[in-house]
Amino acid sequence: MHEMGIAMEIVEIAKASIPADMHGAKIQRVNLQVGKLSAIVADSLRFCFDLVIKETPLEGAELVIEELPVVAHCKDCQHRWTVTEPVFLCPACQSGSLDILSGRELEIKSIEIEDED
Amino acid sequence: MWFFANRLTKRNHRGHHDPHDHHHHDHGHAVETRRSGTREIQVVRRVLDANDAMAARLRAAFAEKGVFVLNMMSSPGSGKTTTLQKTLARIMPRLRCAVIVGDICTTVDADRLAQSGAPVVQINTDEFGGDCHLAAHVVERAVAGLDLDGIDLLIVENIGNLVCPAEFDIGEDKRVVVLSVTEGEDKPAKYPLMFRECDATLLNKIDLLPYLDFDMDLARTSIAKIHPGMPVFEISAKTEVGFDDWIGWLEAQVKKKLQ
Ligand SMILES: Nc1nc2c(ncn2[C@@H]2O[C@H](COP(=O)(O)OP(=O)(O)OP(=O)(O)O)[C@@H](O)[C@H]2O)c(=O)[nH]1
Ligand SMILES: [Mg+2]
Ligand SMILES: [Zn+2]
Repeated sequence: MHEMGIAMEIVEIAKASIPADMHGAKIQRVNLQVGKLSAIVADSLRFCFDLVIKETPLEGAELVIEELPVVAHCKDCQHRWTVTEPVFLCPACQSGSLDILSGRELEIKSIEIEDED
Repeated sequence: MWFFANRLTKRNHRGHHDPHDHHHHDHGHAVETRRSGTREIQVVRRVLDANDAMAARLRAAFAEKGVFVLNMMSSPGSGKTTTLQKTLARIMPRLRCAVIVGDICTTVDADRLAQSGAPVVQINTDEFGGDCHLAAHVVERAVAGLDLDGIDLLIVENIGNLVCPAEFDIGEDKRVVVLSVTEGEDKPAKYPLMFRECDATLLNKIDLLPYLDFDMDLARTSIAKIHPGMPVFEISAKTEVGFDDWIGWLEAQVKKKLQ
């Protein structure tokens, strides 16, 4: 759905992250973290990524997607658990007052650049 | 659908960690396992940074001008435009309203909404990556066509889609999702992000309940598990059943911000 826009954004951020002293270098890999709660379909993101990297410093680069689980923290009893179904109630005390600690990520962790030395 | 199917196919060459693993101990192995001849540069940036920054600027502008912004989302045809028409008719005598409507290729919704007398800006979403949701920069351009000083309540009718709009902050104060009873009670569990991100649910088209097998208790239970405590209003945009409670909630939210 919006994976094309996301792929373009990834290319922009990756390009801007090439250090000045490596100007003209080729990016070989982009390491992305995607939380399971985010609205991203990995296969369509890879498909779009392969399209938008043509004729950029990322041409031929691999998009590595690391999936992060949904982890919640109960504000009432401090219990911490991995959410595996669409239920956001504390399994320990049934409270619905919680923080989502991870699962919403859509983040570029790092890029890998070819190094001549 | 994230919990039913593993949407992220595991092609990661470093080996994937178990999603049920609580310890996160194998994050950050990239440096050790990178191939020789490559240099890894830490980036750590959210992909939607640019959108979020723009949304924050919009939110500041709305706060300064005293405008409350409602982001209305749903799947196609749930009744956003109809609900909005009836909502405007009830609320306009008390609040100065304006509407931004995202529509992929027609002006039908904008024309229907303009009958309310409120200023309506139609967004053309035929641009980059924007055919499934409204992004902050698109809303910013639409806002440029409005006189914010003369507006108390700005309602944004997002693109009909239960997935993508939930991911994009547009500087709004509150988000509501419209779910029509014709869509089935399984939708909240299939699109949990949308129902978690929203502040209220409008269960629309309840005038059709006698003709459907829709299980209202199941729908409410499922929504309550995904977003405990979120208000759920049963309405019919056709008959205006349930509108008193919905309008009451909306006006209370606006008042809280603008007083
Ligand atoms: N019976 C009944 N029909 C409704 C109700 N609300 C909307 N409709 C009908 O549902 C259809 C879609 O309504 P819209 O208001 O255009 O829905 P929408 O969410 O704005 O649609 P998109 O903008 O295309 O995503 C229209 O034919 C409406 O008349 C309702 O409460 N009851
Ligand atoms: Mg509409
Ligand atoms: Zn608890």
